[in-house]
Amino acid sequence: MTVTNVLTLDGLRILLEALREDGHALIAPQLQDGVIVYDQVEGLDALPRGINDLQTPGGYQTLKTEEPSLFHYVVGPHSWKKFLHLPKLQLWQAKKHSEEIRITSPEPPSVKTAFIGVRACEVKAIALQDKVLIHSDFADAAYKIRRDNAFILAVDCARAGGSCFCVSMQSGPSVDGNYDLALTEILTPDHIFLVRSNSEAGENVLKKTPLRPATPEEIWAGQEIVAQTAANMGRAMPDTNIARLLSQNLQHPHWDTIASRCLSCANCTMVCPTCFCTTVEDVSDLKMEEFSRERRWDSCFNLDFSYVHGGAARNSVAARYRQWMTHKLSSWVDQFGSSGCVGCGRCITWCPVGIDLTQETKAIYDDQVG
Amino acid sequence: MSVTAIHNRKPNDTLDMRQTVPKLARVRSRFSDAPDVSTLEVEMADGGPVDYRPGQFNMLTVFGVGEAAISISGAPNGARLIHTIRDVGAVSHALTRLKPGDQLGLRGPFGVGWPIHSAQNKDVLIVAGGLGLAPLRSVLYHILAHRVQFGVVSLLYGARRPEDILYQSEIARWRESLEINVALTVDHADAKWSGRVGVVTQLIEQAAFQPQNTLAMVCGPEVMMRFVASALVEREIDPENIFLSMERNMKCAIGHCGHCQFGPNFLCRDGPVLSYQKLRPLLKVKEL
Amino acid sequence: MAAEQASMLSQHAFFKGLAPEVIDLVSSCAQDIEFSAGQYICHEDDQADQFYVLLQGHVALQIASPGRGARTFLTVGAGEVFGVNWLVAPYRWTYDAKALDDTKAVVLNAACLRRKCEADHDLGFELMKRVMPILIERLHVCRIQLLDLYLKQN
Repeated sequence: MTVTNVLTLDGLRILLEALREDGHALIAPQLQDGVIVYDQVEGLDALPRGINDLQTPGGYQTLKTEEPSLFHYVVGPHSWKKFLHLPKLQLWQAKKHSEEIRITSPEPPSVKTAFIGVRACEVKAIALQDKVLIHSDFADAAYKIRRDNAFILAVDCARAGGSCFCVSMQSGPSVDGNYDLALTEILTPDHIFLVRSNSEAGENVLKKTPLRPATPEEIWAGQEIVAQTAANMGRAMPDTNIARLLSQNLQHPHWDTIASRCLSCANCTMVCPTCFCTTVEDVSDLKMEEFSRERRWDSCFNLDFSYVHGGAARNSVAARYRQWMTHKLSSWVDQFGSSGCVGCGRCITWCPVGIDLTQETKAIYDDQVG
Repeated sequence: MSVTAIHNRKPNDTLDMRQTVPKLARVRSRFSDAPDVSTLEVEMADGGPVDYRPGQFNMLTVFGVGEAAISISGAPNGARLIHTIRDVGAVSHALTRLKPGDQLGLRGPFGVGWPIHSAQNKDVLIVAGGLGLAPLRSVLYHILAHRVQFGVVSLLYGARRPEDILYQSEIARWRESLEINVALTVDHADAKWSGRVGVVTQLIEQAAFQPQNTLAMVCGPEVMMRFVASALVEREIDPENIFLSMERNMKCAIGHCGHCQFGPNFLCRDGPVLSYQKLRPLLKVKEL
Repeated sequence: MAAEQASMLSQHAFFKGLAPEVIDLVSSCAQDIEFSAGQYICHEDDQADQFYVLLQGHVALQIASPGRGARTFLTVGAGEVFGVNWLVAPYRWTYDAKALDDTKAVVLNAACLRRKCEADHDLGFELMKRVMPILIERLHVCRIQLLDLYLKQN
């Protein structure tokens, strides 16, 4: 049983300073253009205060309240994959020296970061990407270095987001799994943070921070907050073996129904914290003496993603939507042993036409059961 | 009994970017097999040995153009790799235009190869369509080098036209050796052709094999593989003993980019060779 | 009702000239069916348990390949039939069939038909006599298509 301590707001400020002094670049939520995004910050005072959000299928809005809360909004369009599985990465360079080509690969930069305010679903999402990019047959060196150098300061969600469904995906709202420190924010009677450590790195930072043990009342208050969040989820997946349901319905007419709405804009894949697909592009200078290959994020919604001789293997929008949803909820289980979805709701919020994969799963499920 | 995957790599090459960075290689020779097909003999610039299993592929880079997945078609003396390439896009076009001495990048080998070990003491049916003979040729080399380990071995090969038949002099030698039964057919004949005209499935009827003790390896256009596999099942070969080499878009070849997925299978890692038992339900799904 | 199907079948070109008792025998294996435009009627490699007698609409017979998508090699319409794989083991569809517009058909259960044909060889021969010319015609058409007559000669 982890020991629960209490930090005041000042204590949290000192904790962040300690992380900075230790050489970590702080990446934290920021309010930019009315949206909660992740960006580098100097310290606690840069974090937005009193911000709530309203998330619905295809809708996002932040609201300013009078509360002093630091973490009452839920996740925005950014996820931590932006800092671990880089959107752009140069894989190698090659130069012609007299007639011979010499190939070099850049040393992946080792940058210490501290992710501030990581949600339970995001801790799980990071673990899912670790499985794909580190703990599989091949490890991605650039990802691993950034991952090893990322300190995770997580926070339990005090509010259920409008789009998310972590309870039904068993990935929240309480932080669990691979993290360094986790906070539960309590506003009354005093603005405090319950803090629990889950690693040696977490312990070491706590040593530099003023703490006191939490009282039973405070621990109970923290549990109540999380329980309230869990009870107020706006949506859920149907209670069934989703992986099997989808793999047995690959030719169900419902895929065409979804396709009549889907724009294949790829928003869902960009905001999804577990989507990992990439593509590469080879470039050269005009003299054909210097060459390089750059890797960048890609999406299975792109028509050329599945290009084979003759055309796209998945030409229709229905086929591409089916690929995304069945990979996320079904094939991922065969490939990596668990679902690829953490219930963060981003794909629902940021879909321009508000497609909700819990509803689409339910539509197929109802057609089986009924 | 499941066929074990045949890999050539060390698990979890952690801080080694080797698998995403090509090594320098050079073209040693080039042969023009057909109007749009060339065979390149490639050696590593550092003169190092090459290792592979029949059915695996390399990622070949033409500097400044791009990279493509090309099956390994043979490796004489363990010092050179043979790749037969058809011009179907920018990268393959550039590859078929390389000349002896030209430099290219090479990553690999990748993928699960043909289950040759499982074919020991069995009759072997090798069914190829078009360029599909290229990844199967390395199987034929292995069989010929260890002929006593296998039963009756047949090559059934269908090409589009007579001029598209690959490895013609080798096919003639295989025929003459009497160690492999060779049956050829073309879809479209010209005035000079006096051989069979029809599709490759029609060659199965005449092939000599004991269905209960046969392992079949099939490679060619996907429609051809579907109908060949179905015909082989009809001839009572167990789907667990029929293997197809599947093809999809490939970028990383290490199971990280997501492009080569076919159902739950990453073709670069779980394939490209997969059993028909596994593939049959997936091949039925349109645009999978 | 078998009587309705019998009436539909007797007016269809395929069954022209068949004695009423024979049509009654066949129609006891029959059912009405409708497909809307774009609906798949069967998929390649599925169990081929049906014989379709088209009354209205158009159906495309297709083979799908990755990159080229679904390619139609033949279309059939009212007055025609499709699905003869029920005659030949292993009774599996070798193509996809897709309704191009709203289609009405009579679908005959293949196992039922096979049983009746085995029990009554005269019925069997009558059906074969009608299926053969259709297949021979389609084979001939296929050969002409294969010759690619419109291809420019160099």
